[in-house]
Amino acid sequence: MHRPELVCPAGTPAGLHAAVDAGADAVYCGFQGPTNARNFPGLNFSPREMEQAVTYAHDRGTKVLAAINSFPPAGQMAAWKRAVDDAVRFGMDAVIVADIGVAAYTARMHPDQRLHLSVQAGASSPEAINFYCREFGVRRVVLPRILTVAEIKGIHAQIPCEIEAFIFGNIGMMAEGRCSLSAYATGQSTNMDGVCSPASHVHYLQDEGGNLKSLLGEFTIDCFTCDESAGYPTICKGRYDTEIRTGYYAFEEPVSLNLTPLLPELMRAGVTALKIEGRQRSRAYVAAVVAAFRKAVDACMENRVPDMAGLIALTEGHRETQGAFGGRKWR
Amino acid sequence: MALGTSKRLTLGPVLFNWPVETWRDFYYRVADEAPVDRVYIGEVVCSKRAPLFRTCLPDVVDRLRNAGKEIVFSTLAEVVSGTDRKCLESVACAGDILIEANDMSALWHLDGNPFIAGPYLNVYNEDTLEFLAGKGAVHVTLPPELPRSAIAALIEKAGELKLTLEVQVHGRMPLALSARCYHARAHGLNRDSCRYVCDRDPDGMLLRTLDGKPFLVINGVQTLSYTCLNLVQEMNALADVGVDAFRISPQSSGTVEAARIFHCCLKGQMTADEALIRLGETEFDAPFANGFHHGAEGHHWRSAATVV
Repeated sequence: MHRPELVCPAGTPAGLHAAVDAGADAVYCGFQGPTNARNFPGLNFSPREMEQAVTYAHDRGTKVLAAINSFPPAGQMAAWKRAVDDAVRFGMDAVIVADIGVAAYTARMHPDQRLHLSVQAGASSPEAINFYCREFGVRRVVLPRILTVAEIKGIHAQIPCEIEAFIFGNIGMMAEGRCSLSAYATGQSTNMDGVCSPASHVHYLQDEGGNLKSLLGEFTIDCFTCDESAGYPTICKGRYDTEIRTGYYAFEEPVSLNLTPLLPELMRAGVTALKIEGRQRSRAYVAAVVAAFRKAVDACMENRVPDMAGLIALTEGHRETQGAFGGRKWR
Repeated sequence: MALGTSKRLTLGPVLFNWPVETWRDFYYRVADEAPVDRVYIGEVVCSKRAPLFRTCLPDVVDRLRNAGKEIVFSTLAEVVSGTDRKCLESVACAGDILIEANDMSALWHLDGNPFIAGPYLNVYNEDTLEFLAGKGAVHVTLPPELPRSAIAALIEKAGELKLTLEVQVHGRMPLALSARCYHARAHGLNRDSCRYVCDRDPDGMLLRTLDGKPFLVINGVQTLSYTCLNLVQEMNALADVGVDAFRISPQSSGTVEAARIFHCCLKGQMTADEALIRLGETEFDAPFANGFHHGAEGHHWRSAATVV
């Protein structure tokens, strides 16, 4: 069995240090602004910080991957191209792209730069992945979180590049890179602005009985009674009414992805890299999760059963799922 | 002014699961009555539905062709399973008919042949346009969330590349796709055991917020806006700057009427103000929205007074 690379999130320089020190094989991070899909206030790296982060990580044998994985609207390509140029100049180990234009630019201007296809590209079939490999020399695809392990295994046999799969963290329910729900409610586009459910558009309203409503823009995403803990309003994890069913999670419950039990199976399916979500998370969270997965992956390599009980407490709302990975019934 | 120009009105693919007779009769009516130049046809949302109307597809295509409509086959927007892949291949490799590609998988099969890039392909910028032109794209339908500032920048590039652009101007806006079927979920089923319950909602299943506000509609694995996109106020300005085609996305009622109104407007036979009133009188009852076009919330509506 191939020893998989553990790919960990770094939202800030401090987060990067934490992930590197906790045993990440690679960290992924983005530049400040809309060029990456986690464009939150206070998050991400200035060019100078990125350059220093690369040095810190490389000195400790850790790779740094540049997430430049949003979709530049026409007239604004320059910022994305600058981000790609900077990433190459800083010696970043791979550039993770989603947009065809950004991929084409990177492949043309920096043919030696290692290129990864972001989950945001939504390449979910061998044909789509093969197309990106042929056209842009993509070396690794980050698979959409909508595939079962069996399907991942099938894809592995039919593509010429490595596979990276999400194993832990917050998951959206929609096909990545193809969701305008947040933009519909807020005017800020997940694809173009790199932000889903921006905090600037989140409100909480309390009624006289102490019940709490969470809103995104003008829309109520959920209501919480006094004894429930209120969640962040993400459209695909809200509760809604239809004619036939009321107050239900129409898309998905507010659960967090945890594929720990599937780790050995994923590794056998040919997954080269295991990805942990959470660039918006605290440094302490990242350190704890990375350390736990470091041990788990090492245990799997030695055919031991990984002990991951502590991770469950870190999952969103203390509930977890294997999502689509577990089997077709999830769909 | 767009008067006398050769701008085209198109009809997007039916996105919903209609009974096969309804589906067939809708296209017969389009052939007879709708002043659209081009009709996109085919299953875009769910590969499980594709066989349902396969039997009457040849008749529908004949009828539309005889009525002088140009036919384009639209491919599946999300390609994951073996069924999806077969469904896509059967359309993309059909040979003698123009294809609207809605997923990158289609480009693999098309292998450089001329094609139309559909609204699900994420064409956001000039570089993407240039790449796709190099792969054979002759026409591109832009994603509904693209604001007019980006459309304007794309038009210039499209001119250089000698390809034409299309913008959806009417109908519910496609907002998201998933591997999971939300129709099945609402009915306590899953996608494999779905019993085709999506056929109960010809315009999608309305999702209300917990305080009763209409928000979205569910169409199997797809989520659309509750509001109806309406760019009748903006269409002629888009035509003037060089957008070539304008898409009506089918709903179960009012679609032929909407096509007539947009057609009149495009030909300069009706003002946008009058068109707006007439569109408000059609049978399809959903509030209008044009927010995305103006770089705002997608559900927002700006009336002519504020649209310049």
